[in-house]
Amino acid sequence: MYHKEKSIQIKNSASALYNNLSVLRIAPRRLTHFTVVHANMVNMVSASWDGLNYTHRQLQSKEPNVATSTSLIMQAAFCVLPSRDLLVVTSQKGIQMYESDGSIMVYWHALDTPETPTAQAVFARGIAAVYENYICVGVSSGAILVFDVPSKGSNITLSEVLEEHKESITDMASECSGSQECIANLVTADDGGNLCVWKSGEEFQLLNKIPGFDMSCSSVKLWKGTAVAGYGTGQIRLYEAVTGILHAEINAHARWIYSVDIAPFSGLLLSAAEDSLVRVWHMTITPETNSVEVVHLHNECVTDTQICGARFCDGDGYAFAVTGYDLSEIIRYIQS
Amino acid sequence: MSSRTLPLLFINLGGEMLYILDQRLRAQNIPADKAKKVMNDIITTMFNKKFLEELFKPQELYSKKALRTVFDRLAHASIMRLNQASMDKLYDLMTMAFKYQVLLCPRPKDILLVSFNHMDAIKDFVKDTPSILSQVDETYRQLIEMYTPLSSGEFQLIRQTLLIFFQDMHIRVSIFLKDKVQNSNGRFVLPTSGPVPHGTQVPGLIRMFSCTGEEFTRLKFNNGGNYTTALREGSFDIFGDRVTKLGTNMYSVSRPVETHMSGTSKNSAQHTKVSAAPNPLAKEELNLLARLMGGLEVQKPGNADTGFRISLFATDEEEEEALISRPDELSYGVINIQATKDQQANAELAKIMGEFTESGDQSPSVSNKGDDLLAMMDGL
Repeated sequence: MYHKEKSIQIKNSASALYNNLSVLRIAPRRLTHFTVVHANMVNMVSASWDGLNYTHRQLQSKEPNVATSTSLIMQAAFCVLPSRDLLVVTSQKGIQMYESDGSIMVYWHALDTPETPTAQAVFARGIAAVYENYICVGVSSGAILVFDVPSKGSNITLSEVLEEHKESITDMASECSGSQECIANLVTADDGGNLCVWKSGEEFQLLNKIPGFDMSCSSVKLWKGTAVAGYGTGQIRLYEAVTGILHAEINAHARWIYSVDIAPFSGLLLSAAEDSLVRVWHMTITPETNSVEVVHLHNECVTDTQICGARFCDGDGYAFAVTGYDLSEIIRYIQS
Repeated sequence: MSSRTLPLLFINLGGEMLYILDQRLRAQNIPADKAKKVMNDIITTMFNKKFLEELFKPQELYSKKALRTVFDRLAHASIMRLNQASMDKLYDLMTMAFKYQVLLCPRPKDILLVSFNHMDAIKDFVKDTPSILSQVDETYRQLIEMYTPLSSGEFQLIRQTLLIFFQDMHIRVSIFLKDKVQNSNGRFVLPTSGPVPHGTQVPGLIRMFSCTGEEFTRLKFNNGGNYTTALREGSFDIFGDRVTKLGTNMYSVSRPVETHMSGTSKNSAQHTKVSAAPNPLAKEELNLLARLMGGLEVQKPGNADTGFRISLFATDEEEEEALISRPDELSYGVINIQATKDQQANAELAKIMGEFTESGDQSPSVSNKGDDLLAMMDGL
């Protein structure tokens, strides 16, 4: 179904972090940006579609004070809003937002880091762009910061802090089907496996809480009102977001899942884990009849690699890319 | 990231160090009483109360340099001596072994079981010495107290922090190559077979449910591997069967300890060189180290008759050769700061020395202790 394409070399190897690959497809310029986190740096590579040009850029995490120890980056993700695209980088010290080519930093938000380290780690993790002009970022305390983003310029403001989760935020996702009819447009996940479902607005509204079973949910997506969650046990569960009804449960992987992704135009689902496997599934979701079906389509094994990032490169799922711990390349697969 | 990583890193690396030293002491036919003294001295130092107090405080992981300096000091906590090349090799083996154990742990929480395997072995080394035994038991209690309440997500954060520390290390270890757990490119073999972790189901099943919660269909799929159901869970108590073999002693007199320097990854960005100019980062590490070293008892080598040298190589020529041919990017670089010229460091060291005399520890004179600390700081 898929075959391996030429890999893209990156300047450093990928660190073992959840969702450690972000992809932004820029059709008018016929190129795609990829970002991979290595310790305190973001490796960005822009690949032209003809496969001839690769431009590299490295972004460092920002430290307010040079004398303090290195600030490790937890995640880097592209945020696509109607008016603009931004690259958001979250670290132990705070949140940086760049123009999507990584050229200029437009905003910096510092986290409250204590003078001496506490037993509970402090960091930001979990990034999502939410309708209409919000960027949400999770924090290790369980709080979710909601930033209001103007259509241009750097006048980004912290609009709200959502305090519902009691454990560290792991990942979050906004509704990606493009449908305006979905009531819920954000799902957030934490280390206890709990999912919160929200409706965005001047004041975000909590629509539902889906409890976890004390097993971390490391990656989550939202499509056609269905929350697709990957867990540390290797299971994937599909929930109807607003009601919490469990529609499907997959014993998908033999190790901790690090990444799930959805191709919204085709309903393809991608999952990747520490077990070296990337799997492709197909979901058929009909919200009107509340029916959800999942079938397994394909496996790819990245030998001797613990995968930490996997993303479709386009909305149809024609191609996908994968990163692994200690690997200095982005491996690509294309449909045969 | 996680501020609870250092104790696990230290105890597991320390455990591996003891396995290797034990093997070398026997391979070099060091008399049993001397060998025992070496092991006891090192273990006593490792589990020194003040030292462990510092270690267990919430803190970020040390840099590779700082941690290497701690282990240099630890390895010399007895009458045994190691040359630079042997110390380098010892550290390579320790770190690659623990990297392997962290990567192969089925669940992040299993790192605690690996730590208990090391602790169990250490306990066995000192089972005839009650005073050290009680220190070790106390450490078990501290580990249990600190780590058993943690969630799976918090353990994964600890694991991710450790993996950043070990990033890009691909030193080839002979025993791993022979056992086929490491490839010739230095990367570990990750099997897609064997038992799944405790709490995980064998992949291959999709269950779908109706709105009322009834399962209406199930589909099977090919998982691409050869998995079996999980084994029973290991014990997280002071005593018990840990089930996993990771963290147990893989060396014996007949299995030599070799590493291969060539063919390592070009992206060894983590191994930075030491610069002559003092920088703010190094100063903070020095402060941390000084606090930590303050808890380590200093052992004078005593007279020349009792001291002896251990080598990690078959011959002295090999050791010489290893030192000369070690690639630059793999040099650990000990913290190299002109302590005598650095006001802040001086104040910190003076404070440590002051603490020692106040606490009434039985120790050599203050100036000797200061000399040893400075000698260590200036780079062995």
